[in-house]
Amino acid sequence: MAEILADPALWLPLTFAGLMGLSILIYVVLDGFDLGVGLLFPFADEAEKDRMVASIGPFWDANETWLVMAVGLLLVAFPVAHGAILTALYLPVAVMLVGLILRGVAFEFRVKAPLRYKRGWDFAFFLGSALTSLSQGFMLGMYIMGLDATSATLAFSAVTAVFLTVGYSFIGAAWLIGKTEGALQDKAVEWARGGIWGLLLGIGAISVASPLVSPRIFERWFSWPEILWLSPLPILSAALLLALWGALRRLPSADDRGAWVPFSCGTGLFVLAFFGMAYSFYPYVVPEQLTIFEAASAPESLMIILVGAIVVMPMIAAYTVLAYVVFRGKATDLRYD
Amino acid sequence: MDTLLLSRIQFGANISFHILFPTITIALGWVLLWFKLRYNATGDFKWMEAYRFWVKVFALSFALGVVSGITMSFQFGTNWPGFMETVGNVAGPLLAYEVLTAFFLEAGFLGIMLFGFSRVPGWLHTFATFLVAFGTTLSAFWILVLNSWMHTPAGFELRDGVVHATDWLEIIFNPSMPYRLLHMLLASGLTVAFLIAGISALRLLFGDRSRSVAATLRFGAVMGAVLIPVQILVGDMHGINTLEHQPAKVAAMEGHWEQYPEGEGVPLVLFALPNAETRDNDYEVKIPHLGSLVLTHSWDGTIPALDEFVAEDGTVTHPPVAPVFYSFRIMVATGMAMLLLSWTAVALMARRRGPEGARWSVEALPRWVLYAFVAMALSGWVAVLAGWYTTEIGRQPWLVHGVLTTAQAVAEVPAPMVLSTLIAYLAVYAVLTGAYVAVLIYLAWAATHGKPLPTRGGTADPVERAVETAARPAARPGATTPAE
Ligand code: HDD
Ligand code: HEM
Ligand code: HEM
Repeated sequence: MAEILADPALWLPLTFAGLMGLSILIYVVLDGFDLGVGLLFPFADEAEKDRMVASIGPFWDANETWLVMAVGLLLVAFPVAHGAILTALYLPVAVMLVGLILRGVAFEFRVKAPLRYKRGWDFAFFLGSALTSLSQGFMLGMYIMGLDATSATLAFSAVTAVFLTVGYSFIGAAWLIGKTEGALQDKAVEWARGGIWGLLLGIGAISVASPLVSPRIFERWFSWPEILWLSPLPILSAALLLALWGALRRLPSADDRGAWVPFSCGTGLFVLAFFGMAYSFYPYVVPEQLTIFEAASAPESLMIILVGAIVVMPMIAAYTVLAYVVFRGKATDLRYD
Repeated sequence: MDTLLLSRIQFGANISFHILFPTITIALGWVLLWFKLRYNATGDFKWMEAYRFWVKVFALSFALGVVSGITMSFQFGTNWPGFMETVGNVAGPLLAYEVLTAFFLEAGFLGIMLFGFSRVPGWLHTFATFLVAFGTTLSAFWILVLNSWMHTPAGFELRDGVVHATDWLEIIFNPSMPYRLLHMLLASGLTVAFLIAGISALRLLFGDRSRSVAATLRFGAVMGAVLIPVQILVGDMHGINTLEHQPAKVAAMEGHWEQYPEGEGVPLVLFALPNAETRDNDYEVKIPHLGSLVLTHSWDGTIPALDEFVAEDGTVTHPPVAPVFYSFRIMVATGMAMLLLSWTAVALMARRRGPEGARWSVEALPRWVLYAFVAMALSGWVAVLAGWYTTEIGRQPWLVHGVLTTAQAVAEVPAPMVLSTLIAYLAVYAVLTGAYVAVLIYLAWAATHGKPLPTRGGTADPVERAVETAARPAARPGATTPAE
């Protein structure tokens, strides 16, 4: 430990890997819920769509900034890995970008263009959310499979694409349970109940597949004594799933108690899954090819960024909290306001 | 076509699309702050109406800017991995500071600015508007530092072919940065001035006689008239700076192929068809000595000619001439048109009286001036794109001047893959640019005819409803009612 701290060429890459991981995690949870809301669009009626959009309106831009942050950190801290990963994922990245463009603009256009186009923009919102989620899931799969394209890895990635999409729909539904009331909340509970299965299968599939493809990952998980102190991970996940299950059975409740339990449990599951994966891949940034230490930028440059990050991060946290406080409570249907 | 060329076209298309929207949001943020402050100070409802209309344009432009910006940040990795691998130690921290200081600031307060009107105290809303405007300007600052550094790199050393930073102050305040930043910020101001004047003129032509439209038309015209001479001055200084650091670019801008005899000076080529085959201009129209005068501020000063950038073995190290030459002229011509129109309009408003002898009345503007403003509503976009094409194509074959060529940075992605994504992007961009312009016109039309926007429950409406209920003119003693 001491020798790590003494050598900036060791602790700086570690710190930046940590920051990048944190950004990805925050992104997946935050943009996850607003992508999820887009994915649920086809199941909602006109008035509900407006309210669903109102529930994410003030947040989505900041949520997507975490993606810029994550890819930015990859770009600035691990330039070599950045090129290798993104050229290998060229097409899914392009699909994701087109998806992000579509949904981001549909959001604005649907309330500014003439009424007769609103359905079209609503569809674009759904389509964009779907393209984004699917391609992100696909990229996750490819990454787990070590970024080479064979029919087996492609098939696996297609599966993760579907599961991540279901996972996002789930967290989107959980968000809506907290943010809405009445008939829409009832619907959201139904959606969340459906999504839970996808979540379960998704996490299960990834947990089973990763050690199978990589002997190294297998080794990391299933050797003594690691298995002992890793055991809380699956146990906690199971506990969260049970809590989730219970909460969804009780909801919607008369006094709205527990309306945020599904979202909190969902977030907890995402976090655990993330730590599991981070543990599997450490210290690689390009699986099995490039470690974070080999790929890192010059320590002086990383240092400059770190100083900025340390100063600015608390401020970012502060105004993120401010935004959530200002827009707390149920998303109101402005029609009856 | 090969991967390199396709990647270049793709990058050019993506950045061209992106720049359209920041160009609007950078200055529009400050304009909105101004409207808000005027309203706070005078209580005159026309400023609130102006805010309310233009905040919609801002929200829309911002959304387009953000999503196209996300595309930009992935481009480096997907198409130009050599860029970060070579200059990442300089470019990385600059990009990181942009994300940390600017993007999060904008994104964090945009929600409050757009939807928080009725949820937060008035001062906080005004402050959020300020922070968003500040954030957009800050992001322009960081990205232009990086871009300027790519043109005039400083404060670094090469170790094993990789750039290492030695002096951050030199990197940030690299020789072309002040000019480029100023020129771009002014460009944004001009784009917004003409957009506001153009859309307001359109509303006037649609029959909108509200006081808020008159106020914004006057505002746009005056803002344009004030900024354009400054822009021309700064542009000239920018050119002189470029002459010092990137003479080949200036030679291409001027279509200056071979050196003139001693004492003859350099003429200003008004128009020509540069011919790369004969290495000369066809159909040249030129004014003697003017080139020397503009670029060296002396009667017969000389500037390097393009022929000086051809090596013994025939290798050409100057940029392609025709695109640089034409786009430079398009920019300058647009600037001149802006000068002409805004000064004409201001002169007319200053000298003629409106109905009841009102000064500075837009009623004093003849119809053709209104049509001209409508025609020029998007002229800022034209000049900005033309200017950037001059700058960026003029840097070729370098990506980072003297350090890294474009060809060295490109990814080895198969050409068909690049082509397919290029087509997809182009299709999306064409539709969205069309939709954006159509929606601008629709918003103008809907505001004129008092049409409600599609939904009362969607995103933009909280501001509107809050304004309608909380700030009704009757509720504020001393406020005047909007003339309908
Ligand atoms: C409304 C926009 C606008 C207008 C009216 C003008 N420009 Fe401009 N110009 C830009 C917007 C712009 C720009 C898009 O912002 C550029 C591209 C890169 C940059 O820094 O500024 C630019 C670049 C640019 C360059 C290239 C700098 C380089 O070497 O990189 C020169 C020499 C000028 N301008 C000069 C002028 C002159 C003499 C103008 C007189 C009419 C003028 N510009 C009007
Ligand atoms: C300030 C941030 C900018 C950066 C960091 C940047 C960077 C780059 C890079 C990496 C390329 C590589 C491709 C190439 O050289 O062909 C490029 C080229 C290009 N850029 Fe920029 N650019 C910026 C701004 C702009 C803007 C605002 C525009 C126009 C609207 C623009 C227009 C172009 C064009 C047209 C090319 C292609 C030039 C050619 O290949 O002939 N750039 N720039
Ligand atoms: C290669 C070059 C560029 C990259 C990688 C890039 C990246 C981005 C990204 C990721 C965003 C979205 C930020 C968010 O999530 O809120 C953005 C927005 C923005 N960009 Fe760029 N950008 C580039 C070029 C430029 C240029 C040339 C300018 C202007 C001079 C510019 C000015 C802005 C501004 C003001 C915003 C704020 C959001 C908006 O108003 O749309 N960018 N950019």
